Amino acid sequence: MANSGEAAKAVAWRDPNARAYVEIDRVTKSFGDFKAVDDVSLKIYKGEIFCLLGASGCGKTTLLRILGGFETPTSGRILIDGEDMTGVPPYERPVNMMFQSYALFPHMNVEQNVAFGLKQDGVPRGEIAERVATMLELVKLGGFAKRKPHQLSGGQRQRVALARSLVKRPKVLLLDEPLGALDKKLREHTQFELIGLQDKLGVTFLVVTHDQEEAMTLATRIGVMDHGEIVQAGTPSEIYEFPSSKFVADFVGSVNIFEGKLLEDEPEHVRIGSEELGATIYVSHGISAAPEAVVWAAIRPEKIFMSIAPPPSTGVAGDNVVRGAVQDIAYLGDLSIYLVKLATGKVVRVTQPNTSRHAEAITWEQQVYLSWDASSPVVVTR
Amino acid sequence: MRLLPPSSKVGISGRGLVVTLPYLWLVLFFVVPFVIVLKISFSDVDLAIPPYKPLLEWVGQNSLAIKLNFNNYAFLFTDPLYVHAFLNSVKVAFISTVLCLLIGYPVAYGIARATPTARNLLLLLVILPFWTSLLLRVYAWIGLLKANGVINNVLLALGAIHEPLNMLYTPFAMYVGIVYSYLPFLILPLYANLEKMDWQLLEAAEDLGCRPWQAFYKITLPLSRNGILAGSMLVFIPAVGEFVIPALLGGPNALMIGRVLWDEFFSNRAWPVASAVAILLLILLVPFMMWYQSVQARESASAR
Repeated sequence: MANSGEAAKAVAWRDPNARAYVEIDRVTKSFGDFKAVDDVSLKIYKGEIFCLLGASGCGKTTLLRILGGFETPTSGRILIDGEDMTGVPPYERPVNMMFQSYALFPHMNVEQNVAFGLKQDGVPRGEIAERVATMLELVKLGGFAKRKPHQLSGGQRQRVALARSLVKRPKVLLLDEPLGALDKKLREHTQFELIGLQDKLGVTFLVVTHDQEEAMTLATRIGVMDHGEIVQAGTPSEIYEFPSSKFVADFVGSVNIFEGKLLEDEPEHVRIGSEELGATIYVSHGISAAPEAVVWAAIRPEKIFMSIAPPPSTGVAGDNVVRGAVQDIAYLGDLSIYLVKLATGKVVRVTQPNTSRHAEAITWEQQVYLSWDASSPVVVTR
Repeated sequence: MRLLPPSSKVGISGRGLVVTLPYLWLVLFFVVPFVIVLKISFSDVDLAIPPYKPLLEWVGQNSLAIKLNFNNYAFLFTDPLYVHAFLNSVKVAFISTVLCLLIGYPVAYGIARATPTARNLLLLLVILPFWTSLLLRVYAWIGLLKANGVINNVLLALGAIHEPLNMLYTPFAMYVGIVYSYLPFLILPLYANLEKMDWQLLEAAEDLGCRPWQAFYKITLPLSRNGILAGSMLVFIPAVGEFVIPALLGGPNALMIGRVLWDEFFSNRAWPVASAVAILLLILLVPFMMWYQSVQARESASAR
């Protein structure tokens, strides 16, 4: 579902004339000497699910709270649907927030919680009842209208919080770790529900999460944050396959990073010599870096092939092949993770799908060959 | 089950002892005196020491007569003084409670929202007056409020007034004294309640369209209901029977039931009537105490 949505909306952020629905314009937020958000500019388009992804303390929640009106930026401004939000208090913004703790009112039942915002806006009573009922039906809580929050499970509370923030039909819904408090199975299920709901209602979502898997499933685009800055923004596959830095490569998914020096720098290929790896890496695309510069080659574990017999040469002889001994194996059912120790001492992470039930068993201490395609490594300069 | 170690028996009796001791204490120092007062309230007055006649009397050779005198209670309802004093006490206690609430709520709220360091200091300041005797503190108010006292002198010096305000021995002075003395009893339970509040609820309310004062009215106030009730009861219940403050600050016409009780006991030596007043006061307050208990039970249930 995410992918179809992505395809349909992909136009917006590639089109230079598209109008941003949410525009974050050079926003900085300092607490004393500490810059929680550091000169962030970002454009989010109508109907997107944009995920701010980062470790705790990277400033993503502060940025979300600035959008909600709970924090005032030290400098910069926020535009929502063309309107400057500077000085507009939370209760007058066309956005709603789903809090990480859900923040359900404990003295009100589900229905009263959901109706709260509509009542506050002076919506006629009949319309409130109708909209609340529709919304509760939509989040599959039709039979729970009279329950108090403490009588609900975590998943149900999450859906009440979602209904309460969506019922006002905000222009943008801000979600702070929306699935953080749910267990894994429920989380996966809810992710897809959330995407379905967003598709149906067409509300623009801005999600904050530290969980890269969550971001990958939900997002049309991801903004990776570190130390108050957005280090890379792009579609989930762009972030995963074309990380712009060691940090992004490492933060999103797992990756093997090899430090090396540029030996050959041609427009259509580069060759990197890595002492760490004890071999040369041949990459079938050019990069922009100074000659002799220190660079890093990032290779995803699933893009490394492991074999007992020497692999058929993948590039120029000697490139992209190393030997090592299997140090550890983690069997996950659908795939296995192997930690292979190279002669240099470097440990490489390799994943292989368990396609056959009676596969040729690679076992502990076994000598194996590791190889990869010349298109697999991503070369980053920082 | 047969294999229970012998020590477990000792454990049970030890536990029993722990429970028994406070009950013994209550029986000795609450139930016994209460029964004595109850007994006196049904006796006749006598010019003797103690100044009442026994309930049980040997009549003739072998019969023991119980003589219950209900006149003491009937007297309280026939003389308008007592009814008036009861009603006035309730009125004074009620007004004091409302005043304490108006002053104490913002204070408790402020402490609950302060930083942890400031919070401890502020709580200490609330508790600090307890380190001095109540009587001394009430006497200090006399020094502040009297005609040539601190407040009048300051106001005169500032030119705000041209002759001293008559504050001491007025209802105003009495309310100042009661509110001042009982304020901590309201602030502390209310603070304990507000301190547990999830302040993010207020952000959620604002996010859904509430102005800050609306969020306070719709979220904070209903959620602190139990704290308000508990604190109010802790002020109201003792304030109804308050004697010292009205006697020292309130002047001759501050007619409160505690004062009447004192007069009956010590000036008139009418112990039976005084006991009847005490019993009626207790009966009047029992519903409030039960209410307070149920609020406390609810509060601890919601904390779980």
